[in-house]
Amino acid sequence: MSKSLLIISRQAPWSGPGAREALDIALAGGAFDLPIGMLFLDDGVLQLSTHQQPGNLQQKDLGANLQALPMFGVEDLYASQRSLAERGLGAADLNIAVQRLDDSALTALLDRYDQVITL
Amino acid sequence: MKFAIALFAAPHLPASRRALRFAQAALDGGHEIVRLFFYQDGVHSAASNVVSPQDELDLPREWREFVTANGLDAVVCIAAALRRGVLNAEEAQRYTRPAANLQAPWELSGLGQLHEAAQQADRLICFGGH
Repeated sequence: MSKSLLIISRQAPWSGPGAREALDIALAGGAFDLPIGMLFLDDGVLQLSTHQQPGNLQQKDLGANLQALPMFGVEDLYASQRSLAERGLGAADLNIAVQRLDDSALTALLDRYDQVITL
Repeated sequence: MKFAIALFAAPHLPASRRALRFAQAALDGGHEIVRLFFYQDGVHSAASNVVSPQDELDLPREWREFVTANGLDAVVCIAAALRRGVLNAEEAQRYTRPAANLQAPWELSGLGQLHEAAQQADRLICFGGH
């Protein structure tokens, strides 16, 4: 049986290629039919905001790539409830469907995965 | 134990040195390294044009010698490398760039190599993430 991998994405979408490169690991894993989960934590939850204008920074919109996750078979998507609340993001502000987890649920989530990559 | 080792940090950061020392200790301890995978700024740790002052640690050279001496499978992510100007001769020619700064023992390949290594290894050990 394949080992499961949780990718924890902690970078804001405008902070450099980190957010994009974390997502690419998830998409590649999905393409190989591996059990992949993705957790948006700390500034990483800002990737989920619908209120982005990346064109003003001559950047591409990461949102379209995030929406590709389920098409690549990556459906276990999570976000830290605390990180969202700290940044003023509610359910209506999010560009993809994620399970919002409190701190104790995050601990349980980490325990469920065989491997973790934090970027 | 079989280890897959992923490095995400540039050679001037402590994570690159820690990753190398871990890899050396793993082999010294009789363990196996399935693959080294350099991603994000870690691709710079494989670049051959890094010049360190003479009295300072030359980490890219140490990596190169370690990989060569032990015949390790050492992969640099091609997308991350191209974005950061780390090119082998083939890519330099493909994109008509004036120089190549990645040679053997390093191989440019895709993220599938990271997943394959993680599947084969007992442990995936990451250095320099956030």
